[in-house]
Amino acid sequence: MSAPAVVLRDISCTFPPSSRGSQPYTAVRDVSLTIADGEFVSVVGPTGCGKSTLLNVTAGLLTPSTGTVDIFGEKLSGLNRRAGYMFQAEALMPWRTAIQNVMAGLEMRGVEPVESRNRATEWLGRVGLRGRGDAYLHQLSGGMRKRVALAQILILEPQILLMDEPFGALDVQTRQLMENELLALWSANRKSVIFITHDLEEAISMSDRVVVMSAGPASRPIGEFSIDLPRPRDVAEIRLTPEFLKIHAAIWETMRDEVLKGYQQHERA
Amino acid sequence: MSARDTLPPLWRLNVYRLLLFVASMLSWHVLTQTKILPPFFFGEPLRVFGQIWKWFSSGSIYPHLAITLLETMLAFFGGTLLGLIAGLWLGLKPTASALLSPYLKALNSMPRLILAPIFAVWFGLGLWSKVALGISIVFFLVFFNVYHGVREVNPVVLANARMLGASKRQLLRMVYVPSAMTWVFASLHNAVGMAFVGAVIGEYLGSVKGIGYLILEAEGIFDINAVLGGVITLTMFAYGLDMIVTWAERRLLRWQPN
Ligand SMILES: Nc1ncnc2c1ncn2[C@@H]1O[C@H](COP(=O)(O)OP(=O)(O)OP(=O)(O)O)[C@@H](O)[C@H]1O
Ligand SMILES: [Mg+2]
Repeated sequence: MSAPAVVLRDISCTFPPSSRGSQPYTAVRDVSLTIADGEFVSVVGPTGCGKSTLLNVTAGLLTPSTGTVDIFGEKLSGLNRRAGYMFQAEALMPWRTAIQNVMAGLEMRGVEPVESRNRATEWLGRVGLRGRGDAYLHQLSGGMRKRVALAQILILEPQILLMDEPFGALDVQTRQLMENELLALWSANRKSVIFITHDLEEAISMSDRVVVMSAGPASRPIGEFSIDLPRPRDVAEIRLTPEFLKIHAAIWETMRDEVLKGYQQHERA
Repeated sequence: MSARDTLPPLWRLNVYRLLLFVASMLSWHVLTQTKILPPFFFGEPLRVFGQIWKWFSSGSIYPHLAITLLETMLAFFGGTLLGLIAGLWLGLKPTASALLSPYLKALNSMPRLILAPIFAVWFGLGLWSKVALGISIVFFLVFFNVYHGVREVNPVVLANARMLGASKRQLLRMVYVPSAMTWVFASLHNAVGMAFVGAVIGEYLGSVKGIGYLILEAEGIFDINAVLGGVITLTMFAYGLDMIVTWAERRLLRWQPN
């Protein structure tokens, strides 16, 4: 038995008050979560509950107020060098072309320019951007930029993939295409994935396990569901199976109240 | 539809520009010939351009022009380079910048031209006192812009580059510098003019060479045409340098929309 890829133990994150007089804000409290080596785990939860916060902690970008993170059995301090992180917001370098963005990580590792260009070209093809390598980012659509970001991370072959709503901006067809593509890449070379999404159907169709978070503040997981659907899956077809619908109903039961709570909190704020 | 679509084509625009120039020169000529504007104070265009022509055809202006351009270039590149280094460095060091910021702001709000006599004492009446004056103006212009540029770096882009494995130096080269470039170029257009100001004011205040000296000399004998000739010559070269900056900006900021 190899060590789990990620172990979050009793993680709490409290942010200092934004202005004088306001209270410090505890986004997540006592979150414990284990991701096995090669496991695909989705995290769903109402907006503002702290999903991105947990991902930042796992990436080593944010030091939790309490709790520890273990990566393959080693305590994490500083940046998580084994993880590739696809951010929720645009994170590409706008002064670089698409291919230069994909090459960036290899360049930082001192890989020969010719070789990294070849590999980047190959990856651009894999995400469906053959021939668009020399475009600057503002010349690409939002969905294309997401795919550049995906290639930028996958080219480094990280053992852990942290993905924060990677396909949120895409139309349904492209989205399902990308989901299948990601699943194919993932099953070819099983990485551990933490996949954050608002879309419960996306979560179920892709994952081995779905974790449901409660509404903030002091959010924590309130349900974990194993998804025992057969693989390989087609994300569009699997949604029509009775097993899928049963799981969907069960998870939605847990989520509904939290989503409502989340909305009410936002309206009050 | 943008405003650009409604503009006349470039060739027509250039014709209009030429016409505008000819018209203003013509009215200058007519107004001074008819003595509505006294030529003693306002000069006469034909004589002004005659003076410029004489300077360039006889070659008597070249040593002056050479020295002024050299001072300007040294001030421009020296000030830009120093401003770039200091801006990057201080932008990345919150403690140092917090410590120094009131002093930097005070130095920046000081009218730098009053330093000219001090530089003259320190560096003599030759080239370097003018260069120092120019640098003292250009430096702050570039420095504050780079400093802002560094602080305004998109934190997500920065975090992403760190996650991709960038070292400190790579972050500087791949993220901070390109991100600050937009701000740098915004300041360089002003810096060109300011570098000339430093050189020419320095020459006014004491020198034996340079366009500033030439203008001062002409002023001493009330030769307004030569004064204006010097001013126009300077303007043309400043404009040329600005076009070089624009060209570099287009090349280096090609990644930006528009
Ligand atoms: N740096 C910060 N300072 C203060 N509060 C923060 C900070 N980062 C996040 N928060 C707060 O923590 C909570 C969780 O934020 P987070 O970005 O993790 O939410 P999320 O679950 O990713 O939401 P969404 O699904 O909308 O992306 C929010 O209420 C947010 O306001
Ligand atoms: Mg988020």
